[in-house]
Amino acid sequence: MWRRPFPWLVVAVALGVALVPYWTDDVELREGLVLAAVYVILASNLNLMIGYAGYVNFGNIVFFGLGGYVGVYLVSEWHWPLLPAAIAGGLAVSAVALLFGLGILRLRGAFFALATIGINEAVRQLVTNFEPWGGATGIYLSFDAYAPLGGPMQALWLAYFLIVAVMALSLLASYAIRNSKFGLGLLAIGQNEDAAATLGVPTPLFKALVYSASAMLPAVAGAIYFFKLGIIEPTGAFNLGLSIEAIVMVMLGGQGTVIGPALGAFLYEELRGALLTTEAFSHFQLVIAGALLLLIVLFVPGGLMGFVRRRWPRLRWWLE
Amino acid sequence: MGMTAILASILDGVLIGAVYGLAAMGLTLIWGVMNVINLAHGAMIVFGMFGLYFLASALGLPAYSAVPISIVSGFACGVVLYWLAVHRIIGRPVLMSLLATFAVNMVLVGIGTALWTTSPFNVSVTLPGITWGDYTFTGTHIMAAVLAGVIAGLLYLFLHHTRVGKAIRAVASNREAAELSGIPTTQILSMAFGLGVALAAVSGTLIATMFPFTVLSGDAYQLKSFVVTVLGGLGNPAGALLGGIALGLVEGLTTPFMPVSWTPIIEFGLFVLCLMTFPRGIFALSKG
Repeated sequence: MWRRPFPWLVVAVALGVALVPYWTDDVELREGLVLAAVYVILASNLNLMIGYAGYVNFGNIVFFGLGGYVGVYLVSEWHWPLLPAAIAGGLAVSAVALLFGLGILRLRGAFFALATIGINEAVRQLVTNFEPWGGATGIYLSFDAYAPLGGPMQALWLAYFLIVAVMALSLLASYAIRNSKFGLGLLAIGQNEDAAATLGVPTPLFKALVYSASAMLPAVAGAIYFFKLGIIEPTGAFNLGLSIEAIVMVMLGGQGTVIGPALGAFLYEELRGALLTTEAFSHFQLVIAGALLLLIVLFVPGGLMGFVRRRWPRLRWWLE
Repeated sequence: MGMTAILASILDGVLIGAVYGLAAMGLTLIWGVMNVINLAHGAMIVFGMFGLYFLASALGLPAYSAVPISIVSGFACGVVLYWLAVHRIIGRPVLMSLLATFAVNMVLVGIGTALWTTSPFNVSVTLPGITWGDYTFTGTHIMAAVLAGVIAGLLYLFLHHTRVGKAIRAVASNREAAELSGIPTTQILSMAFGLGVALAAVSGTLIATMFPFTVLSGDAYQLKSFVVTVLGGLGNPAGALLGGIALGLVEGLTTPFMPVSWTPIIEFGLFVLCLMTFPRGIFALSKG
């Protein structure tokens, strides 16, 4: 895995992203980069489903929100340190996703997609009615929660480094999966599920596993993100808009490639920033995202990376 | 709570369920003919709702005159949508058609939100109800169920006794064979899509005569349509009507006992359970 330049590129970029705002002590830059990193994490993990296995997951934000809830709950009620709480959130959500996946992933194609559309709304309502997690008001973190990390200032920087680390891990995991036998099986499912099954790919198991794998890192990121925010409540945690935007990012950058979704996430973040500051367009954010998605699907289904790789095949060595 | 009240709630649920069935028929028709799941279905239901609002509240026309108007304009809208967003993805992987129609939904809902915000709208339609004991069945619910039945009947007649209807069924069962027999299949596909959207729009109009609505209401009714389609078997319009009535029955049965906020959870649970146990639908009849 480490013989190709790509993983080293990821590590170098992550180090740069982590250290530049720290050295310059630029909090504004840090907050912008946190959002971009969360987008990259969501898009890169969603790509495991869309790009590799060819299955769209409309409710991908559920992992992020549930991981956030588990993590914040453990920190606030059980006084766990941040890192174990975040990892526990990731493992718990991943396990739930595996169980759910084994149930619904026997469904093929469109049926599966339909099941994921309802899940966001159902989980949001469930959490809203769940009193131990604060119901509709959610959970607030008190200032004491940041004390073990040396106060809020240090805690925010630590949370930032952890999110950047999760971003790098997402890209490395995506790269490792793509170059493994498991990844090959997923790509086969994406091409032709019947043929894959005939050739001995255990399709229901692989689909459940990739669904579960795509849940892990977004859940960890959710725990860290909402820890950093200091509050988690149902509407913010299960924001369907973000789920949708993650799909746009994957398609924009190029589904099925490792670097494409990250590139798409970054571009989308820039685009969104530009739109939000333009008065006339701030109301039409979802309209523009939707129009963009439609244009990509109809005319450039390979996204930006698909275009680049077709145009300059030599770049394949550098850009996975 | 007395037995009569529960029974009345169930009967009322069945009346509303007929309208759910009508909405789901549009979804299932499009799937059956071109293997596309129309995720812009909810947006088209909202289109029908606002159609009623503008014709009845703003222009002052009689409420039920909106029914034929929303069928015709829904059909036109559907044909346009087919050429804009669906035509290029026919025969491509399911992923692409889901994403394309989903994108259309985002654009339409986004425009609707910018124009009308997300605050609730209400069109008051008054019709005399039928009293039974100390329970009154609302006139609008009865009228909506009757109209849903009539429209479903007309759809059946259209699909089985007109040339275009027969062509639509031919394309659904085998597009290549239909093309070889001289049927202009692309035009037929666009008409089938228009028909599906027309059904969504008219069911939206009927729902708006009964309940208040917002720009975002489409999502909830779209979820209901999916549940109904899965109950009835994808691609099976007659099953959709039965599935709708079944869903209405379940809703009527649960509403006296549970807060409304649980409805999406129950519906989603029902949906997943159905998909897992009866992937071809409970009311799945032999197709064709």
